[in-house]
Amino acid sequence: MNRQYLMRRVLIALPSLLGISIVLFTVLAMAPGDPFEELATNPNIPPEVRLALRAKFGLDDPIWSRYLHWLFAMLHGDWGFSFVSRVNVDTLILQRLPTTLIVIGSSQLLAILVALPIGVLAATRPYSLFDQIANTFAFVGFSLPPFFTGLLLILVFSVQLDWLPFVYRADISATGWQFYWEHIKQSIMPVMVLGLFQGASLVRYVRSSVLDVIRLDYVTTARSKGIGERKVITKHVVRNAMIPVVTLVALQMPIVFGGAIVTEQIFRVPGIGSLLISAMLANDTPVVMAVTFVFAALVVLCNLIADILYGWLDPRIAFR
Amino acid sequence: MADTLLDIRGLKTWFKTDDGMVRAVDGVDLHIDRGETVGVVGESGCGKTVTARSVLKLIDMPPGRFEGGQILWQGRDLIPLDQDEMNKIRAREIAIVFQEPMTSLNPVYTVGDQIAEVIALHQKLNRKQAMEGAAEMLRLVNIPNAQRRVHDYPHQFSGGMRQRVMIAMALSCQPKLLIADEPTTALDVTIQAQILELMQEMKERFGMAIMLITHAMGVVAETCQRVTVMYAGKVVEEAPVEALFGNPRHPYTQGLIRSIPRVDRAAEKKQRLEAIPGTVPSLLEPPPGCRFADRCKYVTDICVRGMPPLKEVGPGHYVRCVL
Amino acid sequence: MAGLTPASLSAEAPVAPAAVVETRKKARFSPWQEAWRRFRRHRLALVSGIVLLLIVTAILIGPLLWRLPINEIDFGSKLEGPTWAHPFGTDDLGQDVLARLLYGGRISLAVGFAAMLVAITVGVLVGALAGMSSGYVDAILMWLADLFLSLPQLPLLLLLIYLFRDALKTAFGPEGGVFALIVVVIGGLRWMPAARLVRAQFLSLREKEFVEAARALGASKPRQVIRHILPNALGPVIVAGTIDVAAAIIAESTLSFLGLGFPPDIPTWGRVLFDAKDYLDIAPHWALFPGAAIFFTVLAINFIGDGLRDALDPRRVI
Repeated sequence: MNRQYLMRRVLIALPSLLGISIVLFTVLAMAPGDPFEELATNPNIPPEVRLALRAKFGLDDPIWSRYLHWLFAMLHGDWGFSFVSRVNVDTLILQRLPTTLIVIGSSQLLAILVALPIGVLAATRPYSLFDQIANTFAFVGFSLPPFFTGLLLILVFSVQLDWLPFVYRADISATGWQFYWEHIKQSIMPVMVLGLFQGASLVRYVRSSVLDVIRLDYVTTARSKGIGERKVITKHVVRNAMIPVVTLVALQMPIVFGGAIVTEQIFRVPGIGSLLISAMLANDTPVVMAVTFVFAALVVLCNLIADILYGWLDPRIAFR
Repeated sequence: MADTLLDIRGLKTWFKTDDGMVRAVDGVDLHIDRGETVGVVGESGCGKTVTARSVLKLIDMPPGRFEGGQILWQGRDLIPLDQDEMNKIRAREIAIVFQEPMTSLNPVYTVGDQIAEVIALHQKLNRKQAMEGAAEMLRLVNIPNAQRRVHDYPHQFSGGMRQRVMIAMALSCQPKLLIADEPTTALDVTIQAQILELMQEMKERFGMAIMLITHAMGVVAETCQRVTVMYAGKVVEEAPVEALFGNPRHPYTQGLIRSIPRVDRAAEKKQRLEAIPGTVPSLLEPPPGCRFADRCKYVTDICVRGMPPLKEVGPGHYVRCVL
Repeated sequence: MAGLTPASLSAEAPVAPAAVVETRKKARFSPWQEAWRRFRRHRLALVSGIVLLLIVTAILIGPLLWRLPINEIDFGSKLEGPTWAHPFGTDDLGQDVLARLLYGGRISLAVGFAAMLVAITVGVLVGALAGMSSGYVDAILMWLADLFLSLPQLPLLLLLIYLFRDALKTAFGPEGGVFALIVVVIGGLRWMPAARLVRAQFLSLREKEFVEAARALGASKPRQVIRHILPNALGPVIVAGTIDVAAAIIAESTLSFLGLGFPPDIPTWGRVLFDAKDYLDIAPHWALFPGAAIFFTVLAINFIGDGLRDALDPRRVI
């Protein structure tokens, strides 16, 4: 895949990021109320500090200069200070980001591993019993809101069966295999909730994409070469069918993040999703802004990865 | 019947649709001997493509089904064969080239990959050898710079070149029969001639038979030894090429030949282009009699009552008509 | 033609061709009737339609028939499982869950439909605008659509609610304000698919013959749009709309579940779950009923959407 294409996609990603930052900042600026009024009632913050902060954040400056200041600060890694947790925001986020990424990453992997074979099989036997059951399960899967699935899983596996812990603890005292096993046990449910929700919609997309590809002329050509139906499907059909699915997975990322936030809340996973919620409930504005921006940046990153994958999978793209 | 490669007897390929059973091929007889080029002509929808695809069993079998008949390949009926056995015949014994070169190649694999796939499978070569074989095939079909272009993707080739690639791919295992389903219809006129020439060259080189499906009578006149004319799922005339053009017996064939635009005649007599009035009948529940009856100038009562049988009117010349 | 002799001795002029073969005439239905016919074949969609109808009816007239108040506190019967007096059980304050769900359902569904209307209206307008103009306006609008598509929905939703909730509460009252905010934000983040669909219709039909014909007859632009182009886009837009309702219901429930939606005294289904989640071990019924309510409503809508897609945009395999 050629370098030019790669460069182009990266260059397109940057304005997107910029655009999102403008949107977020504008939203914040338009919000009524003083983001720091919370501090006014906080006896620990002397009024001079509050005034100094206002000056530092240039809250009385024109909006575009405030935006540039803010942007500059963000790019420098100065994401502000959380008064609630009494640490720098970037430290807070970096502490919790890996957990979120791991949970999201493994759930997406699970989703693809489950959805791909089921979708392909359903498409190769359209309207069969397998197809109808797969379809129905897919519908059930993405009609169940993640928070409900999470609660159900807790009900079954933690409350009734007591197999899995439902509170995530980052500070597991065991070592070695026990450590990993404990981590895995407590991650199973959040990962499953997210993975199955995404997997359910993926099944339908994979099925639809395979159905589209299987009718195309070059599939008949492949069959006429005598290579066997199995190879026709796995080599010729799947590769082509995955191309639109890949884009779709990336486009669904914003939704996955939403699910991740909810999942982290339910299972009390210490990621940036639960951080966002607790920051909102505590009116900790710098954290809210920063986390929202991180989510937005992650979405742009996922889109970039999808573009790259797309260019890698489909040789026609890079040549435009 | 010396050296008959393909012998289709009474083939019936029907399709189940929401509106009923479509009888796309409704009792077709066709045979091809070793080394000969047989043309199969007719309008769109007459069943030529379905016949061609039925030979290699490339029809989707849920809606499609074989309602009767036999497809004898070197004496062996292909219809009861399962997919594994068919795969041994595909590409190795019988190969097919399709009409649309723009969409008949997989866009995500290189041209070399796709040709090598066939070579490697049927000749049990390793990847490197297969790729070399692929390059060789490209050279054979006159694609310049074959060694380099073997690593290119289909979208990097023009329509005519893609069709050459298809031909290269089809011939890579030196099949005994090449089925060419309207190989030049989607191409420019100048390229058409090149492709036909290429096919002729390949035929002479490999001594293979060709089933050339087309609706262009001019092409048939130039390249075929025998011609079968199909209409609405049935064969209406079959003859050696000179006999067909010299003495066409079926009104439909006559119509087809008359409708070829001819520069010389038009200049002489300012004639109008003759077309056959009417349209192809529905294949859903065909009428009991001759299917061409509603468009035929010479239609009589007998024509409508029952299907005329195929009768011999000359050496190797058969017509399905009461005339 | 040499050798041509009519077989029948009485044959003279050829029989009129038209009478010879009868063509099978299929009854021609209007496109809407065809669509309904296709929809009817989709059993799950039909069943879902009935289910949805039942749910909506229950929500609309239920509170009139089931007269238990939604906030009658009765510590004596708290956290009871389903009984005849309380078919869905009671919560930690002894309030009747069924009554609360019936009331909350109105809000949840109202949010769903209202958000869908916002999304579809904005989407159709933007899409039509983009499709009719070309060049700058189109490019800008599509860039905007891409931008919106990249925004992480839930975080942004949470952010906007966090920032604007108080202001809207003072302006429109606690329930009205939150309702307006949630509907506008959810709808405002979902206009992109509809816009794309409408724009695509415009682009493909703009140059089509019948539109050119209309133009040639002097039809003005708005007339072209309304009479010829929009109706063709209607099908996919309807399907997108159904998905929007389901998504909006889930979005509102999610917000309420996180404690950031409607005020605590309004028992939307998500909110009831929020209250119930800490009592899973001793009162699972409290969480199961609202969860099931959301699930079945969304499932029904999704099946209906699927049926509509098949009906309005058929792509049969066989």
